[in-house]
Amino acid sequence: MADEVPNLAESKLTALVVDDNYVNQSMHHKLLDRLGIENDVVCNGQEAVDVHCSGRNYDLILMDMDMPVMNGIQATKRLREMGIESKIAGVTTRAKEEEMQEFMEAGLNDFQEKPLTISKLLSILHKLDFYVHT
Amino acid sequence: MLGFGVDRLQADINRLLTSLFHQGVLDEQFLQLQQLQDETSPTFVYDVINIYFDESEKLLRSLRLLLMDREFSDYKKIGLHLNQLVGSSSSIGARRVRNVCVAFRSASELNNRPGCLRGLEIVEHEYHYLKNMMHELFQLEQQRLLAAGVRYPM
Repeated sequence: MADEVPNLAESKLTALVVDDNYVNQSMHHKLLDRLGIENDVVCNGQEAVDVHCSGRNYDLILMDMDMPVMNGIQATKRLREMGIESKIAGVTTRAKEEEMQEFMEAGLNDFQEKPLTISKLLSILHKLDFYVHT
Repeated sequence: MLGFGVDRLQADINRLLTSLFHQGVLDEQFLQLQQLQDETSPTFVYDVINIYFDESEKLLRSLRLLLMDREFSDYKKIGLHLNQLVGSSSSIGARRVRNVCVAFRSASELNNRPGCLRGLEIVEHEYHYLKNMMHELFQLEQQRLLAAGVRYPM
């Protein structure tokens, strides 16, 4: 598999993982690392907003939906209100149709069901024009 | 001759994994987890599985405390805990644990207390089986690494 995984380090992409689950934090952080994408991890939507208020910016945000303090829908709306134009991909374990609709309408650019895999992440990157498969 | 130890242990590891996949205890997501392990994080699988154990046991304890309370009525909290368990179990490829958590969650959505109690028992059973199997796997891995580190005398 190592031969098939592209290294995007040259593109100097940055990403933010927003998830309250420590297992998912570790997995998503490592998935991004494996692709050569520098990334930070925060535990909920409020921390995602705070990190942007501190001046950090990211090319890609992987946003979980269900989180304490501030969930992914609220955080996505807030970030868009702040003028954050990063690509935001929603990731969640399960979502009813109306929840997905609400999440997309909050300002997502893409949506993927967990668990995330290398191929799902590449699909997100490709759809958001960060990666062209050759 | 020393190499046979490594080969035999590797065969034992492969047999155990095949059995766990065959039983549906693990699914292909576990392979994804293994594939993320590399020279920069040589104990990645072990580390993530241990995070999973720590988090799951906190959630299971909390679920048991909630359901044992005679005044219990907070099915929403049960649902939130189960969402966490479903999510992390999916992420590591723990298919059977994930599936029984989904069934338990259905009982909580119907405010079905006996169903929740039964669901919790089943989840605890599946979780402990998975944990025992993972410990066996890690022990075999450790033995294999030790055996592989043995040098032939010059």
